[in-house]
Amino acid sequence: MTAQTLYDKLWEQHRILSEEDGRTLLYIDRHLLHEVTSPQAFSGLRAAGRKLWRVDANIATADHNVPTTDRAAGIADATSRLQVETLDRNCVEFGVEEYGMLDRRQGIVHVIAPEQGLTLPGMTVVCGDSHTATHGALGALAFGIGTTEVEHVLATQCLWARKSKNMRVWVEGTLPQGVTAKDLVLAIIGQIGTAGGTGHAIEFAGPGIEALSVEGRMTVCNMAIEAGARSGMVAPDAKTFAYLQGRPHAPQGDDWERAVAFWQTLHSDSDAQFDREIRIDASQLLPQVTWGTSPEMVLSVDAKVPDPAAAPDPVRREAWTRALEYMGLQAGTPISEIAVDKVFIGSCTNARIEDLRAAAEIVRGKRKADSVKAVLVVPGSGLVKAQAESEGLDQIFRDAGFEWREPGCSMCLAMNADRLEPGERCAATSNRNFEGRQGAGGRTHLVSPAMAAAAAIAGHFVDLRRWHG
Amino acid sequence: MQAFTTLNSAVIPLDRANVDTDAIIPKQFLKTIERQGLGKFLFFDWRYRAGDLTDPNADFVLNRVDLQGAQVLLAQQNFGCGSSREHAPWALADYGIRAVIAPSFADIFANNCVQNGILLITLPQETIDTLFLAARAAPLQVHIDLAAQELRSADGRRYAFDIAPGAKHKLLNGLDDIQMTLAHADVIRAYEAERSRQMPWLFREVQHG
Repeated sequence: MTAQTLYDKLWEQHRILSEEDGRTLLYIDRHLLHEVTSPQAFSGLRAAGRKLWRVDANIATADHNVPTTDRAAGIADATSRLQVETLDRNCVEFGVEEYGMLDRRQGIVHVIAPEQGLTLPGMTVVCGDSHTATHGALGALAFGIGTTEVEHVLATQCLWARKSKNMRVWVEGTLPQGVTAKDLVLAIIGQIGTAGGTGHAIEFAGPGIEALSVEGRMTVCNMAIEAGARSGMVAPDAKTFAYLQGRPHAPQGDDWERAVAFWQTLHSDSDAQFDREIRIDASQLLPQVTWGTSPEMVLSVDAKVPDPAAAPDPVRREAWTRALEYMGLQAGTPISEIAVDKVFIGSCTNARIEDLRAAAEIVRGKRKADSVKAVLVVPGSGLVKAQAESEGLDQIFRDAGFEWREPGCSMCLAMNADRLEPGERCAATSNRNFEGRQGAGGRTHLVSPAMAAAAAIAGHFVDLRRWHG
Repeated sequence: MQAFTTLNSAVIPLDRANVDTDAIIPKQFLKTIERQGLGKFLFFDWRYRAGDLTDPNADFVLNRVDLQGAQVLLAQQNFGCGSSREHAPWALADYGIRAVIAPSFADIFANNCVQNGILLITLPQETIDTLFLAARAAPLQVHIDLAAQELRSADGRRYAFDIAPGAKHKLLNGLDDIQMTLAHADVIRAYEAERSRQMPWLFREVQHG
């Protein structure tokens, strides 16, 4: 048998049939639903008189639109409320299990599925959300889909797909103190560009990946889509198994033993061939900060805002010029001199317990800068929130003048009330710095939780390696 | 789904790289529970001044008087990157866009377009540059023939393009995937039964529709 990559194995194990034109019908093990990309799918089913193929494969939660303050008061915005209520109604009608807005298991869909053991190694996991790539960190083949495909999965438990090419990002060395999984993935995107992984499934591997915690690997895989790849993945190992053991939907007893034995086969064969391979040395990385309106516009914290005249081609010169104008930045400005108005710590990229611990460690005993108008800390789930509170992290944040919120997507995409005003500048632990992403006219700089916390204290970006508050 | 066979239209030259789906349709319009009606919000932040639907930005190409009614968009690399929102192709389709021409497209967006009868034409950067040059000053008319996989511009140039046979068949015939897939229901059930035998932990309680 020819050598296979992890992606080849996952693909082959879920292949039901292939058409002559190369389209493959893939079986889907887990389908995650949320309120924004599912209503039209359920209406489609209803209009055609179709039922769900396999109810238990689905799990739903409301995350994009939910308020992060006073949940008991409900949702003030009528259109947001209708969308969340529509999800509730659809779940009741079609029998889908939902973690509703007042359930303590509610949270960002990509945080709660691993947390509940609903994502397992060897699964195919899909969701009408591009950050579904996150689940690949557990050794699953996970990717985002559109609403028509959501309807297709609901009705058939399958998807038509075309196999991607294999790409491996090999991470040498381990990250220095103060440099995190977020910095690593931002640096990777900076190296290969936002279209660098288009048409590919990315496997992240090497000593630098093995050294990361499972949560850190989720941060890396989460942003595979920001490198253009629909899916990112990491081969499961002892850390993965330890992370999963005992979670509510993880296998138990004999099943656990059988599952682990199978999961241990989920890795690229030593002689597997990749269509593309890139290498990066984690030990040489500094904290990263994006300066523009695309995640590939990223630099080390000790760098200066670039000059469009130095752009490598006309398309990028135009894009950089436009980005500087939108961001209100001058070429040559040191990144560390950029002052922020708001700070957002949250999102499916960085709202897990380790992220909150890393931020709290920076903040402990300090106060936010007076020039910073607001700092939002939005845990990824009700359970992350409870865990953080049991460790006293909420008090550290409150003492610093930060706001401790209820779980949801919040200011990552500003569909709820949490957003930037035009011209406001934000240090954000989220994943997209697109124009208007955090609110029309808002300016986003993507950073790690520790870097965001330090920016909140200092009022501007700082080099964590040299900063002592 | 509306079938795509041939199309005659002027080209809207949107000379930007990495146009993301947040730009195509911003988040405040994702709260809808319908597929229709998003066309007026297409490229909202670029198309209107200060978020005001009654104040179009004359500098934005979609507002060019001579391009009203045009159904083909010309763009730069990595068009449709970012969020998986199908609201992006819904907004494009609702506005009237039937085809987009660019050097490259993001994967999820490309899938979503096929589901909504929008043809994506990938052409080399040099060809794209030529088309931008031709389309900049005055409207450039093109004729697209999907069956022949050919784009013809009014200046007489012809460009062949590639498209996956499955996507072509689906677009030409306006087909719905679910019905085609359910024709394989027995194969799916057999696969599922074997999987639940080998990996029972993946199944909580199986119910067939």
